Amino acid sequence: MNFASKQTARRSSQPTCLPWPREIVDRTGWLAFAESLAKGERELLSLWGEGSSVHMAVLEQREPRLRIVSLECPDGAFPSVARLHIPASRLERAICDLYGLKSVGAPDHRPWLDHGRWGIRQPCGARKEIDSTCDPYEFLPVEGEPFHQIPVGPVHAGIIEPGHFRFSANGETVIRLEERLGFVHKGIDRLTSGASIERAAQIAARVSGDSTVAYSLAFAQAVEAAFDVNVPPRAAYLRALMAELERLANHFGDVGAICNDAAFALMHAQCGLVRERILREAATCFGHRLMMDRIAPGGVVVDLEREKVSGLYTLIDWIELMTPRLIALFGDTTSLQDRTVGTGVVSEALAKQYACGGYVGRASGRAFDARKAIGYAPYPQLAFEIGASKECDVDARVWVRFDEIRASLQIVRQILDAAPEGPIIAAWTLPEDWTREGAALVEGFRGEIFVWLRIRADGVIQRCHMRDPSWFQWPLLEAAIKDNIVADFPLCNKSFNCSYSGHDL
Amino acid sequence: MQKFMLQGLLRRALTEQAPAPDATSMAELGYTLGRTARQKLGRSLSIREVDAGSCNGCELEIHALNNAYYDLERFGMRFVASPRHADVLLVTGPVTKNMREALERTYAATPDPKWVIAVGDCAFDGGVFCESYACVGAVASVVPVDLHIRGCPPDPTTLLKGLIAFVENME
Repeated sequence: MNFASKQTARRSSQPTCLPWPREIVDRTGWLAFAESLAKGERELLSLWGEGSSVHMAVLEQREPRLRIVSLECPDGAFPSVARLHIPASRLERAICDLYGLKSVGAPDHRPWLDHGRWGIRQPCGARKEIDSTCDPYEFLPVEGEPFHQIPVGPVHAGIIEPGHFRFSANGETVIRLEERLGFVHKGIDRLTSGASIERAAQIAARVSGDSTVAYSLAFAQAVEAAFDVNVPPRAAYLRALMAELERLANHFGDVGAICNDAAFALMHAQCGLVRERILREAATCFGHRLMMDRIAPGGVVVDLEREKVSGLYTLIDWIELMTPRLIALFGDTTSLQDRTVGTGVVSEALAKQYACGGYVGRASGRAFDARKAIGYAPYPQLAFEIGASKECDVDARVWVRFDEIRASLQIVRQILDAAPEGPIIAAWTLPEDWTREGAALVEGFRGEIFVWLRIRADGVIQRCHMRDPSWFQWPLLEAAIKDNIVADFPLCNKSFNCSYSGHDL
Repeated sequence: MQKFMLQGLLRRALTEQAPAPDATSMAELGYTLGRTARQKLGRSLSIREVDAGSCNGCELEIHALNNAYYDLERFGMRFVASPRHADVLLVTGPVTKNMREALERTYAATPDPKWVIAVGDCAFDGGVFCESYACVGAVASVVPVDLHIRGCPPDPTTLLKGLIAFVENME
C-alpha cells in the first residue's frame, strides 16, 4: 500500500491494517461471517478480544487470503460464532475469561483459562477483585454403559508441559477425553499491552519455546507490516534458515518421541542425535541453541559468518544421509507400524472444519502452508514440496513429518547456495504520526502462527494478539483418541505435540 | 535395524566427557547439603521434573540431557515418573497461579529427604513474566529451593554442571 492510499484509509472510518485490511462490521455482518464459516466457505483463523470489541481473522479461498473483521460491542456482548461454528468455542471462552465480553448464544459458557486463581476476574477488561482461591470445574457428563474415569495431570509423568486430561473409559476403550487447559497461562495479552516493541518481542519469543524462531518471525513481520519496513534480502534468507533449522530439530525430536511412546527406543536415540547436532550447529552459527531473540523487527541481530557456512553444509549432508536410514528403520519395523497404523484417526472433515494446520492438518488432507499460501520472503524464491496424506492416523503424521524434513533440507540447501550478501537489519524509525496495525501469518513447525498488533505512534504496543496453531489441534486430539485404548493416548498425544504454553498464553 | 545395532557396537561412544561442576553452584550448595544425603543416596539421584509454567524451552534442554551426548544416567541420575519416587524436583517456569497448588502438592508428595532445583531464569525470578497477574514469580517463593541453574534456557552443559555440583556437594 502506498502513502496516498494509507492517507485515504486513515480518513475513512475504517482502520488501517497491513498487509490485510481490517473492516468494522455490524452484528449482521459479523453473523454473515460466522455463517460462511459454518458453511465452509471461509476458514476461521482466530478470534480475539480487545477492550469492548471482538476481532475475527478468516482465511479466504481467493485473494486477499486473509481478512480481519471487527465488531464493536459497547454492551459487553457479541453474537457467538461458536453457536454456528464450534471451532470458535474455546477462543470465545478465553475472550470471556480475559476481557469479560460475553458470547451470546454460545454452546459452552464454562471458563477456560480462568481457574479462579488469579485474585481478579477479567484481567484485560474491567478488572474485578475476587476472594476465591479456586473455581470448581464441571466436566462434560458421560452417560450409558458402565465406565470409569481416569484423571491425568496437570503434572504429567514425562518431561512435558502441564495440562489436565479426563478420560472416560469403558474397560480399555476411551469413550471420551476432555481436556482442561490453562495451567500455564502467563497473562501474555496483558504483559504485551503497553509494552515497548523490544519488550514485546522478548515475550513473543517466549510464548512457546519450541517455536521461538517462528514466534519472533511472526511478531517481527507484523511490526514490519505496520510500519512498512522493508527487510533486507539477506535478513529474510537468514530468518528462513533459522526457521527451517528449528523445524528440522523439532520434527526429529517428535519422530523420535512418537516412536519412544511406542516403546521403540532405538529410533528415539537416533533422532535425538540428529536433533542435538542441529541445535549445536545453531549455537555455533547464531549463538543460541534454540535461536531465541535472534530475529528483531527489521531483520536479524546475528549475521551468519562466512566460515560457518561449511559447518551447515556438513550438517545437512549428514542429515540427508541419515534420513533415508531413519525412514527405513521406521517403515520396516512392523511392531512399530502395528502401533501407529490406524491409531488416532482425525477425519478429513474435522481437519477441514477446524482449519487445522501443520502436520495434523496435512496428515488429514488439509495441505495448508503459510510459506506457500501467503508466500512471505524468501519462500517464493525457493522450490520445495509440502507433504500431504489422507491416511489421517499417527502413522500419517509421522510420514508427513518425514516429508517436511525433506522439504526443509531442500530449503536449507537453497538458502546456503543463494543467500545474498548485504545488511542484516533495516534502519527504521518510528514514524510518530498515527497508530498503526499490522498482521502476519508464519508457518511454524507445528502449523501457522497468526499475529495481529496495534502500535501507538510512540512505539508502545496497544494490543498484541498471538494465536498458536494448537488452538485448532487440541480439540481434534479429543476426537482422535475416541474409541482407541487408553494406552495409546501418549502415542496419539505425541503425534499431535500440541503446545500448552502457546495455547494458554 | 541391524545396521544401527552394528554401528552401535563398532563406533566409539558419542558420549562426551563430563563438565567440571559449576563454581557458583558449588558455592550456593555449600551449606544446603549435608553428609547424610551422600550416605543415604550414594551418587544415585531420582529426579522429577515439574513444569510450573515454563515456555517449554527449559524442558527441551532438560530432555537433551538424556541423549547420547550428555547421557545423564551415567552419573546415577535419572528422571522418574512420579514425585513419590523422587529425591529431587527440577522445577521450571515463573510458577503460574494456575500451577501453584499443583507444585505445592507435588512437593508435598515427594518423600524426605528432598531437594528442589529451580531451572531457568523464569524459575529464578519470574523472568520476562515477573510482572504478570497470572504468575507468582520465583519458585523459591512457593517451595524451598536448594539450587538455581540460570539461563534462558540453560543449555544441557550448564544443567549438567549444576547437577554434578549438586551431587558432589552431597559428600
